[in-house]
Amino acid sequence: MLARLLRNTAIQSSRRGFLIGAIASAGGFVVGYHLTGGQARAAGPVAEAALADPFAGYVRIGADNRVTVLSAHFEMGQGSYNGIATLVAEELDAAWDQMDVEGAAGNPALYGNLAWGGAIQGTGGSTAMASSFDRYRQAGAAARAMLVAAAAEEWGVPAEEISVAEGVVSHASGASATFGELAERASAQPLPGDVQLKDRGDWRLIGNETLPRYDSRPKVEGRQDYTIDIKLPGMLTAVMIHPPRFGATLVSFDATEALTMPGIVDVVETPRGVAVVGEHYWAALQARDRVVAEWDESGAETRSTPELLEEYRALAVEPGQAVARDDGNVEEALAAAETVLESTFEVPYLAHAALEPMNAVVRRNEDGTLEVWGGHQLPDLYQAVAAGIAEVTPDKVRMHVMKTGGSFGRRAVADADVIVEAVSIAKALDWRAPVQVQWSREDDTRAGRFRPMYVHRLRAGLDADGNLVAWHNHIVGQSILRGTPFEGFMVTNGVDLTSVEGANNLPYAIPNMRVDLTTTDVGVPVLWWRAVGSTHTAFAVEAFLDEVAEAAGQDPVEYRLGMLEGHPRHAAVLRLAAEKAGWGEAPPEGRFRGIALAESFNSYVAQVAEVSVDEAGRTRVHRVVCAVDCGTPINPDQIRAQMEGGIGFGLGAILRSEITLTEGYVDQDNFHTYEVLRIEEMPQVEVHIVPSEEPPTGVGEPGVPPIGPAVVNAVYSATRTRYRSLPLTRHGAV
Amino acid sequence: MVSLMINGTEHTVDVDPDMPLLWVIRDVLGMTGTKFGCGLAVCGACTVHMDGFPIRSCQTPVSTVEGASITTVEGLDDPVAQAVQDAWVELDVPQCGYCQSGQVMSAVSLLRDIPSPTDEDIDAMMGGNICRCATYHRIRAAVHAAADKLEG
Repeated sequence: MLARLLRNTAIQSSRRGFLIGAIASAGGFVVGYHLTGGQARAAGPVAEAALADPFAGYVRIGADNRVTVLSAHFEMGQGSYNGIATLVAEELDAAWDQMDVEGAAGNPALYGNLAWGGAIQGTGGSTAMASSFDRYRQAGAAARAMLVAAAAEEWGVPAEEISVAEGVVSHASGASATFGELAERASAQPLPGDVQLKDRGDWRLIGNETLPRYDSRPKVEGRQDYTIDIKLPGMLTAVMIHPPRFGATLVSFDATEALTMPGIVDVVETPRGVAVVGEHYWAALQARDRVVAEWDESGAETRSTPELLEEYRALAVEPGQAVARDDGNVEEALAAAETVLESTFEVPYLAHAALEPMNAVVRRNEDGTLEVWGGHQLPDLYQAVAAGIAEVTPDKVRMHVMKTGGSFGRRAVADADVIVEAVSIAKALDWRAPVQVQWSREDDTRAGRFRPMYVHRLRAGLDADGNLVAWHNHIVGQSILRGTPFEGFMVTNGVDLTSVEGANNLPYAIPNMRVDLTTTDVGVPVLWWRAVGSTHTAFAVEAFLDEVAEAAGQDPVEYRLGMLEGHPRHAAVLRLAAEKAGWGEAPPEGRFRGIALAESFNSYVAQVAEVSVDEAGRTRVHRVVCAVDCGTPINPDQIRAQMEGGIGFGLGAILRSEITLTEGYVDQDNFHTYEVLRIEEMPQVEVHIVPSEEPPTGVGEPGVPPIGPAVVNAVYSATRTRYRSLPLTRHGAV
Repeated sequence: MVSLMINGTEHTVDVDPDMPLLWVIRDVLGMTGTKFGCGLAVCGACTVHMDGFPIRSCQTPVSTVEGASITTVEGLDDPVAQAVQDAWVELDVPQCGYCQSGQVMSAVSLLRDIPSPTDEDIDAMMGGNICRCATYHRIRAAVHAAADKLEG
C-alpha cells in the first residue's frame, strides 16, 4: 500500500522538496527543503540514470576484506538486508561470508524507493526487492568491474583475462588479490559506462536454496544492537506521559514530587505529552507516576467499541459514501438473481505490538549537527522533521538506521512520533545531553496507530446454475490516510485505497461487481499494519466466497478456479496449495480443511488450513500449506521464513488479538490483555514457491491475508458454524 | 549496595534494591544482550538464568538475586548452549532477532531438564517467550536439532 501511496505521490508531486515540506508542515513544523543539484538530477529511476558509482553509496570494501552493502531499505526482520546483500554479492562474485550490511540514509538520489517512484527513501508495501533488484545488482557489477580494472592496472594484464570468484581476483599468470587488497585502487578507477548483468543460469546466490542468512549468529548470542541498545556518553533516558485519551491536550503539569526522585534530571513538555527524563529507564519510569498532569479532554474521542460497532453496522446497510469499483449493475443483478446471500464481517482494531517498544535516540554535536538513531522506516521524512525541530537544515541531521525489533508498519508514521519526542526532549534540555526516549509496553499498546476496525457488508447473487453474477461489498471504517499529508495523493474520489485494496481488485470474473466505501470519523489514530487493507478485505471476501461456493453446491477450489480465467498466477498458487495439501482427499481423522487466496503487493498466496475443533468448540490449527508466487525468488529460505512468520502473525490476530475502547480509553495494555500468538498455537507450515522469472515482488506482508479466511472456512467445515467477526476468542472458539 | 555474580564476575552496584535485575544488567552494567519487551514477565525477552534456572529479569528485584549466580546470553558457554545456538543458526531461526536471546535462554534450560523433548514439552517450556515474527515453527525444529546434536 505504502508503495502505491508514494508512487502516486512521486508521480503527482515529482518534487521531493514539496513532499517533505508538506509532511513536515502537517506535523507542526515548517521545513524548507531544497534539493542539491546532484540529488535533483539523479532523482529519477536508476534504469534511466547513468550508472551510479558503487563506492559512493552502495558498497564499501575495507582493507580488512569486508564488503559492506549500504542498504536503502531498513531491516525489521523481514530479511531485506539479506536479500540486498545477495544481489550485490552475486554480481560482485564475493564470498558470502565476507558480506555485511548497514542501513543508509540521507540521499534519496541513491536510496529513493524505486517502486514508489524513486523520490523518497522508505521501506513498506513489500517493495524492497522490487526496488533493489536492478539497483543493487548493477552496484555489485560496477564494483566488480572496477576491482578488475584495478587488478589489470596493477598486474599489467588485459582486464578480459582476469577472473573473480569468492572474493578473490586472479589471473592465469598466478597473480591474485583479495577485494580488500584492491579496494583503494578500485575506488579510483573510472566508472564503467555500463555493466553486463549475469544470466539467470549463472546465478550462484540468487535463488540458492541453501544460502544461510548472513546475520543469524549475532542475534543468538545477544550481540545484535537495536535502538534500545544505544549507549552514548552522558545519555539520558526519557519516558513519556501521553494523553490519556486520543485527542486530549496538555493543560499543565506538576513535577514537584517527581523531581525529588533519585536519578531524575528533568520533566519537560513536548508536542506529544510530558517527558520524564532520568539517568536511566527505571529511574524515569518510577518518577513518571509522581507527575500530575492535567488534560483538556474536550476534543478527545470518548466512544466505546460497542457504540462504534453499532454505528458501523448501521452505516453498512446504508448507501456507501464513495464507490471503489462498479462493474455492470449490481442492484439489477441482485434483483434478478435466483439466490441472494448476505453476510456481515467485523474486524477489530489491532496493535502492531512489535517486541522492541518504540524508541529513538538523538544527540546534538558541538558543531551543531544532529544524529538520530532509530528504526527509520521513512528516514527522509524523519530527517526533515528532526531538522525542523532543531532549526537546522536537513543536511545537518545524520540518520542512523538501526535494525529494529519488529515494526509491521508501525515505524512508518507520518507524524514521526518517537522522532518528534526524542528531538523535542533534547531541545527542551538545551541539548545538554544525548536523549533516548523509550516507551514501555503499556505506552506502545495504548498509543494508537492501530489497524482500523472495519465492518464489511457483503451480498452475492447466484443464477439458477450457481454462477456468481452479482457481488456487492460495502466497507465501513476509518481511513489510514485521511488527515495525513498523503491524503491528497492517495485518496481519490473519496476512496482511500488502503481501505479497499484486496476488495476492489478481486480477480474473480463476476459480471456485476460493486465495492462501496464509507469512511468513518473516529478520533483513534490508525496506521498500516502488515498487509494493510488485505488484512481485512481478504478475510471478508474469501470467507464470504466460501459461503457462496457452498450455496452453489460447488467445491471452493473448483468454484474459484472457474472464475480465474485470465489470472493464471492466482490460479496457479490456488492449485499448488490445494494439491500439496491433498485437497480432494479425506483429511486425517478429526481434521478439517479450509482454503483462501489473496494477492497483495503483487505477490500471490494461497493457503490451506487444517484444523480440529474440540467438544468445547475450541479451534486448533495443526497445519498450513502455503503456495506463493513472488516472482523471481531471491532468497528461497527467507521467502519460506516470511510465509511462516506471516501466517503466525496473522493467526495470532485471527485467534486472539483485539484492541477495544471503553469511553475512549484503550482497554489493553500489555501481552496479558493484548494476546498474540504463542508457540503452542503455531501450526506446522509447509511453503511451496512457484518457480518464476517474473520481476521479484515482496514477501514481508503477503503471507498474512489468506490465513484468517482459510481458518474460518476450515472451522466451518468442522462445525457448520460461520465465524464472521474476529478474533475467535469473542466466540469462545479458542 | 548490592553484590551480584553475573557470568562468573562479581559486580557491586549502588542501586535501589527494588530495581529490576534487567535494568541493572542493561543500564548499570551496560550488557545489552538481555532485552526488554514487556516489563511484566509475560513475554520472555528478558530471560536469564539464576543458578541455572530461567527467570524473567524484568520482574526480579535486584536485591533478591544477591548471592545467586546469574547467567545472561553473553555468558552462555556450555555444550548445551553451543548446540542450541548452532541449531538456531543452522535453521536460520531469527528474523528481527529481538526475542532470540530470551528464546535461547529458555531453550537451554529446557534441554538441560529434558534432553529429548517432545513438541508438547517444547510448547510448554517455551510458551512464555513471545516472538512477534512468529519464528515458532523453526524454534521447535531447532530445539529438536539441538537435542539430536547433544545425543549424537
